Amino acid sequence: MSEREPLLRVEGVTVVYSVGGRRNVHAVSGVSFALFRGETLGLVGESGCGKSTLARAIMQLPRPTAGRVILDGEDITVLGSRSLRALRSRFQMIFQDPIASLNPIRRVGESIEASLRTKGGKSAAERVRRAREMMTTVGLDPEQHYRRRPFQLSGGQCQRVSIARALMTEPQLLICDEPVSSLDVSVQAHIINLLRKVKSDYGLSMLFIAHDLAVVKNISDRVAVMYLGRLCELAPCADIFSSPAHPYTRALINAVPRPGPCQPLAGTGMLSGELPSPMDPPSGCRFRTRCPRAETRCVMVQPELRQIAPGHLVACHFPLREVAGPDEDHRPLMDRPDN
Amino acid sequence: MTVSDTHLLTVENLSVTIPSSAGAVRAVDRVSLALERGRTLALVGESGSGKSMFCRAVMGLLPRSAVVPGAARVTFDGRDLGGLPRRELAAIRGREIGVVLQDPLSSLNPVIPVGRQIAEPMRYHLGLSSARARERAVELLAAVGIPQPEERLGAYPHQLSGGMRQRVAIAMALACEPKLLIADEPTTALDVTVQAEILNLLGRLQRERNMAMVLVTHDLGVVAGRAHETAVMYAGRIVEKAPTVELFTRMRMHYTRALFDAIPRIDDPPHRELGAIGGQPPGPAAQRVGCPFAPRCWRAEERCRTEEPPLARDAGENHSYACWFPLSQEERP
Ligand SMILES: Nc1ncnc2c1ncn2[C@@H]1O[C@H](COP(=O)(O)OP(=O)(O)OP(=O)(O)O)[C@@H](O)[C@H]1O
Ligand SMILES: Nc1ncnc2c1ncn2[C@@H]1O[C@H](COP(=O)(O)OP(=O)(O)O)[C@@H](O)[C@H]1O
Ligand code: SF4
Ligand code: SF4
Ligand SMILES: [Mg+2]
Ligand SMILES: [Mg+2]
Repeated sequence: MSEREPLLRVEGVTVVYSVGGRRNVHAVSGVSFALFRGETLGLVGESGCGKSTLARAIMQLPRPTAGRVILDGEDITVLGSRSLRALRSRFQMIFQDPIASLNPIRRVGESIEASLRTKGGKSAAERVRRAREMMTTVGLDPEQHYRRRPFQLSGGQCQRVSIARALMTEPQLLICDEPVSSLDVSVQAHIINLLRKVKSDYGLSMLFIAHDLAVVKNISDRVAVMYLGRLCELAPCADIFSSPAHPYTRALINAVPRPGPCQPLAGTGMLSGELPSPMDPPSGCRFRTRCPRAETRCVMVQPELRQIAPGHLVACHFPLREVAGPDEDHRPLMDRPDN
Repeated sequence: MTVSDTHLLTVENLSVTIPSSAGAVRAVDRVSLALERGRTLALVGESGSGKSMFCRAVMGLLPRSAVVPGAARVTFDGRDLGGLPRRELAAIRGREIGVVLQDPLSSLNPVIPVGRQIAEPMRYHLGLSSARARERAVELLAAVGIPQPEERLGAYPHQLSGGMRQRVAIAMALACEPKLLIADEPTTALDVTVQAEILNLLGRLQRERNMAMVLVTHDLGVVAGRAHETAVMYAGRIVEKAPTVELFTRMRMHYTRALFDAIPRIDDPPHRELGAIGGQPPGPAAQRVGCPFAPRCWRAEERCRTEEPPLARDAGENHSYACWFPLSQEERP
């Protein structure tokens, strides 16, 4: 297998939840992307846009309604539950609420140790030794913390426990779903630095989900932006922040507060209106109800993800930048208002 | 100068201690500050630094077990809140001080339509007729940016998104035209897009209504441009306080600098190592000797561990800080 063969390939993944009657929630619709080895891909979007649903679909918890998830060359959506369980140790997940995601009555050291049990092949003493080692790696003191229960630790410490637990099985892929969103800024800084370090030490690939763009920019190599179940833009980190092509991406970037004495206030000239319901997503481009550039074509035709610069993909009929250069009128003639 | 003429709220030497199995927790420690009408004060600090307890003390909503040592004095609009009977205090709280909390669900009643929740306090405190209160509720919902407000009157909180709920909570807090709005982490539970909108909304309403505001946050990034003055709290104490621009340009406290460095910036290049503060904030029963930040401060010397630095004002400046070895010109961000 070639080096550039991605570790993870997500192809047309769709998740539809049925909510009684004939009503369906289109939580994720036809999402495709690749995650390369050793890479951190950031995934951003507003609350409810489907980030967690996508993450769970990749984990096969539950399996997606449609589409394929190819891990290391193998389509895991067609695997039986037994083969899937055998694979589990290779992709691990960390959740937003650190305390709730741990077993409340188990000592945290045991939770970490137990994640090796399913993998098998190691004696109990060996597992405990590895668990204690791993606690040190993530900045916990095994003497002090091994025997504590989750409620006896702070949110940041619980998140370290989750990370230790996930790393025990030596996964290739780590999916972090808003791992720092419930932590305050000083604890957040520790956890981000820790994730960056273990990623390079263990040669992991990481899918990092967050709604805070500054956090995502800090940790990612590439960034994917999601809106109402669809990807709107995917590009190298430096690129997407310096020259976003999708109007939604630009709005998100403008909303970020910038600390400093004379910074302009965030959120001026921002998105108006609310996120439409995923039960009844708008036709054509899903962003059109809030997009300042929307035109008839956006109502009629769903924009597909296409490449406008090397590695820079965007799903928009009238992106803010085009292959040809700066922000001019690149609309096809038929779409111009005077036609 | 008589203080009460310009100051809406003055807090002098306020401490709050809470008994616990591990000893008394000093949640708020000798806090003094003053807030003028129509101005915004930001209160910034890590979780557990005492921000919410401070707000609860001002609102008279402390937990039952809490003890406020006698030296404290809270004056609101010329009245000493400590000396008022309970009923009068409750009336001030409902009418003159509005509150917005982090989790809008906790300030909204899940089984009552939002329209009634906004109208109710206006009928009770302002004696409005139900028709008039309803009319005002519609106006308020429109003012906080809720589209088709009439149709939303009958909605229950769970039928609204997080951002909408927070708008409803703000409408409720504004219903009786309070003189002071206390917003305790009003956007921490919300998305970035919604966060900016809600903060801008609060700022606009505050200017239009000449309300004073206490804005509580753990993110130093959100106070820039939004608060006239910023106070940084650590272990229950105010450790630095200055007009916001002054604070950012002439920062003196090591802890403030550490909070500042911990924020990921969107203008930074990717993969910048974040300035994480080593160690933990002092635990509940920690001893109070010396500077509470000393165990985590790179600059700490012997004096910091034995002698507590007072919150002192810079000569001729409206800037106070509690530090023996403040940041020099070169050490500022
Ligand atoms: N089990 C479920 N049944 C029905 N609808 C669901 C279910 N889980 C999620 N949804 C809906 O799917 C959409 C996407 O949800 P998801 O939790 O993935 O969003 P998210 O981006 O992770 O948001 P947040 O930041 O709030 O966690 C939402 O509209 C949500 O209400
Ligand atoms: N109900 C309570 N009983 C006992 N201690 C409390 C209670 N609420 C808060 N504390 C303690 O008071 C201190 C300050 O808490 P708080 O004011 O809630 O801080 P913040 O809002 O900055 O997170 C903390 O040490 C906290 O553990
Ligand atoms: S396709 Fe149209 S509506 Fe969608 S983002 Fe582009 S311009 Fe806006
Ligand atoms: S007094 Fe000493 S320990 Fe405290 S902040 Fe200043 S230098 Fe650091
Ligand atoms: Mg989520
Ligand atoms: Mg609080």
